[in-house]
Amino acid sequence: MKISTLVKHLTLGTILAASSFIAVANTTILNVSYDPTREFYREYNQLFSKHWQAQGNTAPTVRQSHGGSGSQARSVIDGLDADVVTLALAYDIDALHNNGNLIPADWQSRLDKNSSPYTSTIVLLVRKGNPKNIKNWDDLVRPDVQVITPNPKTSGGARWNYLAAWGYALKEYGSEEKAYEFIEKLFKNVPVLDSGARGATNTFVQRGIGDVFIAWENEAILSVEQLGKGQFDIVVPSVSILAEPPVTVVDKNVDRKGTRKVAEAYLQHLYSDDAQHLAAKHYYRPSNPAVASQYASAFPKVNLFTIDEVFGGWTKAQQTHFNDGGVFDKVLESINKNR
Amino acid sequence: MTDVSVAIPAKPLVKATTEPRWVRYSLISIMLLFLSLFLLLPLSVVLYGAFEAGLRVWWQAVTEPDAVAAIKLTLFVLVIVVPLNAIFGVAIAWAVAKFEFRGKTLLVSIIDMPFAISPVVVGLIFVIFFGSHGWLGPWLQQHDIKIIFAVPGIVIVILFGTLPFVARELIPLMQQQGKDEEEASLTLGASGWKTFWYVTLPNIKWGLIYGVVLCNARAMGEFGAVAVVSGRIRGETNTMPLHIEVLYNEYMFTAAFAVSSLLTGLALVTIVIKSYVEYKDERKHKTA
Amino acid sequence: MATVVSRTVIPGFGLTLGFSVFYLSLLFLLPVAGLLIFTLQMSWADFWRAISHPQVVASYKLSFGASLAGATINAIFGSLTAWVLVRYRFPGKKVVDALVDLPFALPTAVAGIALVTLYSATGWVGQYLQVWDIRIAYSEIGVIIALTYIGLPFVVRMVQPVLADFEKELEEASASLGASRWTTVRRVILPAILPALLTGYALAFARALGEYGSVIFISGNLPYRTEITPLLIVAKAEQYDYQGAAAIGVVMLVAAFLLLLLINGLQWWTNKRNGGAI
Repeated sequence: MKISTLVKHLTLGTILAASSFIAVANTTILNVSYDPTREFYREYNQLFSKHWQAQGNTAPTVRQSHGGSGSQARSVIDGLDADVVTLALAYDIDALHNNGNLIPADWQSRLDKNSSPYTSTIVLLVRKGNPKNIKNWDDLVRPDVQVITPNPKTSGGARWNYLAAWGYALKEYGSEEKAYEFIEKLFKNVPVLDSGARGATNTFVQRGIGDVFIAWENEAILSVEQLGKGQFDIVVPSVSILAEPPVTVVDKNVDRKGTRKVAEAYLQHLYSDDAQHLAAKHYYRPSNPAVASQYASAFPKVNLFTIDEVFGGWTKAQQTHFNDGGVFDKVLESINKNR
Repeated sequence: MTDVSVAIPAKPLVKATTEPRWVRYSLISIMLLFLSLFLLLPLSVVLYGAFEAGLRVWWQAVTEPDAVAAIKLTLFVLVIVVPLNAIFGVAIAWAVAKFEFRGKTLLVSIIDMPFAISPVVVGLIFVIFFGSHGWLGPWLQQHDIKIIFAVPGIVIVILFGTLPFVARELIPLMQQQGKDEEEASLTLGASGWKTFWYVTLPNIKWGLIYGVVLCNARAMGEFGAVAVVSGRIRGETNTMPLHIEVLYNEYMFTAAFAVSSLLTGLALVTIVIKSYVEYKDERKHKTA
Repeated sequence: MATVVSRTVIPGFGLTLGFSVFYLSLLFLLPVAGLLIFTLQMSWADFWRAISHPQVVASYKLSFGASLAGATINAIFGSLTAWVLVRYRFPGKKVVDALVDLPFALPTAVAGIALVTLYSATGWVGQYLQVWDIRIAYSEIGVIIALTYIGLPFVVRMVQPVLADFEKELEEASASLGASRWTTVRRVILPAILPALLTGYALAFARALGEYGSVIFISGNLPYRTEITPLLIVAKAEQYDYQGAAAIGVVMLVAAFLLLLLINGLQWWTNKRNGGAI
């Protein structure tokens, strides 16, 4: 029977295809990252390859996976074979410890600078010439301003946006209640709530919706430089949050695959001068102060607070603000009621 | 296929079975307007976006290594998914059309269900089964078998999502054709297989091809469920739709539309082939 | 489970039904049963809380309402399209016919991007509607448009073959008995295509209910207003709340299943009543 032989071949094909993914040499590592780092890691992988070979090793292969930070973390928890993860926020990496114990609890202290080789901050992107005269966070709650930001529930980047605004309001007006009111007013001005950061960029840039877009600095500069040259301006607020996208080795996976050495070297090399310059080229702030000082003109000085100072760390911030029934849910509820 | 434009002998009846010219023209216009708004314009957006920057850019976008890997993966998945679902479609249509049995309505309702399940939920289901914390996950991991975040997982969710297409085409067709011809053939002494190959298959050929074309198209385009189980490893587990999303998220709009146009092109080609074969067959029937 | 009611000389009942049921069970029933069992691990209170939160309820309203609207538009214009394609001749008919399958072929995400490019305020069509102060993208209308788009082929492709096989003698008979054209269409043709139309309607509706990729680009995703249920399922899963996600998934599943069962039952009933009219 012809069909049965066909089926046999196909089954065989599937098994072969499947097994080709099992047999990975131990200098092949998988870096599971979030969306905006594609361009950076594409170049960094070449940089690392040279460095690794210069040390007398065989050429490494770095496979890349990019997506929303939260869904990437979920994939790793569910079995995606990541050797290293380089995500948008520590909470997503904490999840690797909390769900499945893939990494130890103290992962963030294993590398310098909170395991964040490059940082960024949250800025405001406005249309050319700043027609709505937006100067600072306060202007975002004006009734005549439309704000674009992704949904903090689904986007890690958007959580930084939210916390930056909250932190500002808390400093400026002095109480949690006032900060809550501020956030409520801000989200009342949001006409479109994209599920991911890049989707929100497209809404603001391509569709022309909104007067101001809350964005990571690196994404904002990318928009100004590449997406719509001469169409946007960046407004740096008086106060913002230090956004730390951290990295870590996934212990359970590297130990099983025998890739710990190369995976650790891969992350360590992110702190080298070459990599720090590369990060700056891709509009991330280098965490090495010596390198950072060379780019002082590109990255204006902002009064930055950290999540630990204001919110007591990611786990707490997540629980208070973004979990089901948290502050953000209440904000949405009351906006809906008062509509 | 019945030839609908067959000449009808009695003149007054021709009038009685069609509409006045103005009704015909306005109906055609309404339809064209509706289809333009919903189909032609979105297609134009894709094609315009794809070729706006010229043919060379388009060619670069579709021959770039990650794009080629995505195209290969998508075609590989098709080679497995389409035949399996076609065999299933024929089998179930045979059972439903030729026999009476209890639970038939239920069975037919079940066939449509994969249309109704959100692709996102489909992905979730297979994560519940095969994920590290899923029911089979730990066992699979011990034996170093990869299902999700690898090709088998992608195949499974696409099998699931395109399950109904061939069956859906064949069931009504075979029900309508009834079983007289097969019964005649069998009574004349032909074997069951022979009857199937020489009587049934020619009769359902168009429905089958059409179902396969649709299954094919849908399998190529499946997105939501694949996104959940693929792991998005560049050059390895990114199918064409996922690669398009990657490009779009990289702000490479032209490349995204270029790969989309290729995907649409592939789907349209299968549809054109179907129309052509149909047309040839019609002519053969007329000259015979 | 199934027993043959009437005898026939045709072979292969065991083989085809056995294989079909096996294939369906392995690929469909088992996974879905898995989903149900997974949800059953929740306590009733947790389950209820997950599926009855006001935000979730608001999303049901939008998802069901917009799917209903989309399917209705498709039922009307889909039947019309099928009619025109079968009965009339006009240049480019083959192309139009082939084009109907486009929503199956184009990845839903691409469709979403294309639709929002068209209908946003700066889009090809949207900029003209802007003048009349009509907003399509990022509103409920945008959701309906996307859901109409993805369900479009179902009704056309269900009704088309029935119309093509419809015997003109019946129309002639009706006409020769003195019925007006409109009466013939209403009394003779419509009942004949009704079962197929209903199936197409149900499929378009069911498909729309679960749609994710194309809608999220055009809907605006505002909680309580333009957020569809599948998006909420994704949001739950992103927060590692698989049970909550599965619970809402089950609600959608049961709704879709009941609907399909109803339509198929209705069809079976009309077939029976007509007593094999064709």
